[in-house]
Amino acid sequence: MRHDHLLSAGQLTREDIEAVLDRAAEMAADPAGVAERHADRLLALCFFEPSTRTKMSFDAAMKRLGGDTVDMGTVESSSVKKGESLADTVRVIEGYADGIVLRHPSEGAAKLAAEFVDVPVVNAGDGAGQHPSQTLLDLYTMRENAGLDDLTVGIMGDLKYGRTVHSLAEALATFDARMHFVSPESLRLPRSVQFDLHEAGARLREHTELDEVLPELDVLYVTRIQRERFPDENEYQKVAGQYQIDADTLAAARDDLTVMHPLPRVDEIAPDVDGTEHAQYFPQAHNGVPVRMALLDELLSGDGGDR
Amino acid sequence: MSDHELRVSKIRDGTVIDHVTAGQALNVLAVLGIDGDEGFGVSIGMNVPSDTLGRKDIVKVEGRELSQSEVDIISLLAPEATVNIVREFDVIEKNRVERPERVVGLLRCPNHNCITNADEPVVSTFRVVDDGVRCEYCGEIIRSEIGDHLAVN
Repeated sequence: MRHDHLLSAGQLTREDIEAVLDRAAEMAADPAGVAERHADRLLALCFFEPSTRTKMSFDAAMKRLGGDTVDMGTVESSSVKKGESLADTVRVIEGYADGIVLRHPSEGAAKLAAEFVDVPVVNAGDGAGQHPSQTLLDLYTMRENAGLDDLTVGIMGDLKYGRTVHSLAEALATFDARMHFVSPESLRLPRSVQFDLHEAGARLREHTELDEVLPELDVLYVTRIQRERFPDENEYQKVAGQYQIDADTLAAARDDLTVMHPLPRVDEIAPDVDGTEHAQYFPQAHNGVPVRMALLDELLSGDGGDR
Repeated sequence: MSDHELRVSKIRDGTVIDHVTAGQALNVLAVLGIDGDEGFGVSIGMNVPSDTLGRKDIVKVEGRELSQSEVDIISLLAPEATVNIVREFDVIEKNRVERPERVVGLLRCPNHNCITNADEPVVSTFRVVDDGVRCEYCGEIIRSEIGDHLAVN
């Protein structure tokens, strides 16, 4: 990979992705071998929105590479509360750290940040835009369970605002996966994402019912339907129950179906799925550490990992 | 003398933007930042007959030439437009507009959650795609309604 920043999944080629996943697998197999690799480096964690998994896994990844992190803390406790612009914030922070991990509620925030600093910027979620490091760990999990060739993936839930979905769909297009998008009409993929997928020649279909496609799937990627997005509670109630799965739902699926979820879940995957062979969402979250180790190694080394 | 020449008089020095897509003349003026207070003599013909377009608009501005960025955005509003430079009542230069690769600082992103709409030191930038323009920051696409998103409105 030869990039200064990771801003969107669309910037990654198949070769880029495979290089990171290969490196992540090496690091997962031999964490001691990289325990001092970035011993002199600091990573800034700038989260303008709440985060548990993403923030902690970047923190853990950097520390497992021998480095350390500095944390902006919450927006309420930072200069942002005083009205400081994002451009100013990141220009200050680049003097403190060797890289910046940024989560921000506005789409395009990571791109803007990258224009103002010389250190690598990782987009850890920009509004309803992109979440490319999540995509790398999602692909890592898929590769471990189903491989990445000749894949049929169902992506279900909030496709309109779900940034993990937008990044994942773009990346899956580079692997020529067949994609089935399952959502209420009101939460279909935004036209900007559809535009990218069509440009990439992706094979995709849209559905409102999971049972139309469930038996075909290698992977079912579930996201939370965000109740707060619906202007009318009645509209939410009409669709919410249709997008929950439980062990009975999965009786119609193939035995080797992999069920994933970026988490947190609320009620879209019932607890009785957890004990089945299908459930991979907790290992998926755990994969965030080695994948982000590999990603940080690539970006912080600035030489494709040959540091 | 043709019908539209009767309605829109000749200018001595300035710019004539002809073959403007019918209905876009006021947006062209908005692109030029002309609201009447600048003192330029401005003539507008709207929905005048055209051999090639059926109906067209035409905008004549006295004492004003256009920047490349203004021509770029006009090309999106009116892909068939011609920009004619007039000196001493003669057209000395006549150019068809060409679609640019990018439009910088002239459109406002319709995505309210786009970082370009926050209070940040950033200039809106749109990449021109097949049937519209696309925000380089958030990816939002504007198609036929480009005139509704002029930053100069």
